Amino acid sequence: MPGLEIQNVTRRFGSTIAVQDVSFQVAPGEIVAVVGPSGCGKSTLLSIVAGLLAPDSGDVRWDGQSLRHLPTHRRGFGLMFQDFVLFPHRNVFDNVAFGLQMAGMDTGQIQQRVAEALELVGLPGFGERDVNTLSGGEQQRVALARSIAPRPRLLMLDEPLGALDRALRERLVEDLRLILRRMHQTALYVTHDQEEAFALADRVVLMNAGRVEQIGAPMELYNHPETEFVARFLGLDNLLSGQRVCDEAGCRVETPLGRWPAPPGRTGAITVLLRPDAVHLGSSGDCTLSGTVQEVVFKGRSTRLELAANGVLLHFDFPSRAELPGVGEQICLRFSAGEALQFYDEAAGD
Amino acid sequence: MSQPATRSVASNRGRLGWLLWLPPLIFLALFYFYPLGNILGLSFARQEGGWTVAFAQALASPSVLHILGFTLWQALLSTLLTLLLGLPGAYLMARYHFPGKAIIQALTGLPFVMPTLVVAAAFNALLGARGWVNAALMGIFDLSQPPLQFTNTLTAILVAHVFYNTTIVLRMVGDFWSHLDPRLEQAAQSLGANRWQTLRHITLPLLLPAIAAAALLVFIFDFTSFGVVLILGGPRYATLEVEIYYQTVSLFNLPLAAVLSLLQLACTLGLTVIYTRLSARLSRPLALKPRQITQRRLVGWRARLMAGGFLIFLLAFMTLPLLGLAGRSFYGLDSGRERSGEVQTGPTLAYYRALNESRRSALFYAPPASSIAISLGYAAATVILAVGLGLPAALALSSQRESRLSRLLDPLFMLPLGTSAVTLGLGFIVALDQPPLDLRASPLLIPLAHALVAFPFVVRSLAPSLGSISPRLRQAATVLGASPRQVLRHIDLPLVGRALLVAATFAFTISLGEFGATALVSRPEYPTIPAAIYRLISQPGALNYGQALALSTILMVVSAAGMLLIERLRIADVGEF
Repeated sequence: MPGLEIQNVTRRFGSTIAVQDVSFQVAPGEIVAVVGPSGCGKSTLLSIVAGLLAPDSGDVRWDGQSLRHLPTHRRGFGLMFQDFVLFPHRNVFDNVAFGLQMAGMDTGQIQQRVAEALELVGLPGFGERDVNTLSGGEQQRVALARSIAPRPRLLMLDEPLGALDRALRERLVEDLRLILRRMHQTALYVTHDQEEAFALADRVVLMNAGRVEQIGAPMELYNHPETEFVARFLGLDNLLSGQRVCDEAGCRVETPLGRWPAPPGRTGAITVLLRPDAVHLGSSGDCTLSGTVQEVVFKGRSTRLELAANGVLLHFDFPSRAELPGVGEQICLRFSAGEALQFYDEAAGD
Repeated sequence: MSQPATRSVASNRGRLGWLLWLPPLIFLALFYFYPLGNILGLSFARQEGGWTVAFAQALASPSVLHILGFTLWQALLSTLLTLLLGLPGAYLMARYHFPGKAIIQALTGLPFVMPTLVVAAAFNALLGARGWVNAALMGIFDLSQPPLQFTNTLTAILVAHVFYNTTIVLRMVGDFWSHLDPRLEQAAQSLGANRWQTLRHITLPLLLPAIAAAALLVFIFDFTSFGVVLILGGPRYATLEVEIYYQTVSLFNLPLAAVLSLLQLACTLGLTVIYTRLSARLSRPLALKPRQITQRRLVGWRARLMAGGFLIFLLAFMTLPLLGLAGRSFYGLDSGRERSGEVQTGPTLAYYRALNESRRSALFYAPPASSIAISLGYAAATVILAVGLGLPAALALSSQRESRLSRLLDPLFMLPLGTSAVTLGLGFIVALDQPPLDLRASPLLIPLAHALVAFPFVVRSLAPSLGSISPRLRQAATVLGASPRQVLRHIDLPLVGRALLVAATFAFTISLGEFGATALVSRPEYPTIPAAIYRLISQPGALNYGQALALSTILMVVSAAGMLLIERLRIADVGEF
């Protein structure tokens, strides 16, 4: 398997386990995002891939070769930091040129490559500027230019937009995606923001407490979150607690909102996800579920409704329309259990 | 509504900024420029044709040129050697934590606390004709003459200077280094730079302001070195400072002494101006990181072995002379050569007992031991004066960095540093013993002289820390309703707590160890410890020598205790950022 392979990597700090038995791969040209809440081990994992930290066990490979004894500067990987870490004593040109100088490239070639990189990130002619006087967005672009100028075989990005404000972030995510795609750049992208990860990545590795929760394409993750943690992390919070009961006829789940068929398994407590996108507004008389609207939040194209059904609070986004029920009104929802429900057994260990 | 509010804040700041300059300026005017003016007057008082003639004559003299050349040469060599030893040490102290680090830090701080006289005496006690090494060699090989010639060589001067000043590099560079974001180096490595390239292209350029500042201090120290050259160099080697002292005290040729001190002043002033230009160009708004982030453990036996070996060498170099001194103060070695009976060979407390006795030799009015209390009092007063004056100066410098006044006054504040201590003492004697400023009998004279010597150190250690505080922090506090004084109290002071302690340490240790100015200013009935040591050491006889060593040992212990206390304070300090 060519590209980057992370194999059973574990790293401890004292008694805490920062990364536990993590394995996944990044194929050439692929952008993989590692997502998770802060402290989930994603930055530690990045440091291990970069060679700034050694794993306690496991291995990191590139094109089948172990990188264990290859120091950071010989891995040919680029790394972009959250707060950019531009060299304050060098101007924009010298920052971008640094990696090329280290590679021993001749001056003419360096000038050409730096100009290309600055062009690519949308900062042509910025070479002589003092990096300390740049805006946050400009610094971010210089940092990107600096890390892509040597054409790294793998580009690692550690929350590269984390230090920027939201509007800028949304614009730069788009730019970043275009730049990485255009270069066919193999990239490992670390972020805590799932929207960023979904917008950028071919595949997403979702981490929690040092372990991989789920790996998959963004759509796959969103449509089939394999664990309750993944569902919650992706903002899918219509979770019901229920009981699974099995007999000769099969299994079913009993929740405050109703009784539905369930996949076979252990009898006992179970969590049910009601996937919001599979739930539609119904006309009265044809309701799978009915409740009272508690809150209406207009968000432009969509409107978010909070409703109470049999003591359970649920949230759904619907396309904004005049006929949506208002606060205090009854609402009727329709969904097919097979499409809308996902079941999570109570985790035994946790 | 917001218009008047912002206006008043701005004008408030402006008024406060102007007031900040006042105390240090008045102090310098009275106790630096006024005495110096008197010396300047002296230099051409008896000369026809003004002071340019005196200068031209001095510069035309081969002996003066020779002294000037030697002064520069030995200072340059000493500085390079000091950097060679200090930079690897600064790196280890800044980037790693290891067992015993606090102790090592305190111990390597010891030499700097020692008066030059004691440093000279310590090397004498270790390597001199009567020192441990020569005594041992004579014993082993049954020699009648000491085989090792150490005193009166250039080597002795250089070794003592390196010993004395390595602390400056360790502290100034190490402190800056410990706050340098290690991810800058990681970024360089991820861009393909190996360790050497990272050092050359990233770390060293970023450290350059700190290295330049430390090297400049070391150079000026070596350039104006007095006690070390006087005692270890012997008659063959005279720096400008020693020559000024000879001309003043031995030959009473005050006009020549004045011309020489002006020559020295011109050199050091030139250096300071170059430095200020340099540092203005080099300083960067670096984001300083907390030490917890920047420091790690030594990993691997090779790294541990190399670091351990270097630290042991450093520690041995910086403590052995002092240990030799202390040991020598408890051990009689001279009975074979001296009049018999005064001190026995072997372990003895005789030197210490003698400190408490008022001998009739009229060397002292009081027992030598009383100088300890006197010195501590002076040191406390010096800390209050130097920090009290240095803080407003550093605040003004850092808050009005771009202003013309700042650029003008920054080198001005460094002037006392470039002025030899002997010259300062001479100036005090000449200027402050007559109206309008008659301080002859004032107990403040010594703290004033010491504060003058310490002032540049205080400013230099405070200003960079104050300058490194993001102005946005101050703005944030102002927006939250803090007055300029509250900003100072709640933002600046806590953030520079560490730097303040460093500054106070500088002031305290400089006062305890200061000898050049003290030698001229101190009153015989109130000798400081170094003055007492000098008086004892310049007398013949094993007992006087031993008493000098005993007093030096006590000074060493007192200073070490102070340093250790401050190191401890630093660790628990909330001001650590």
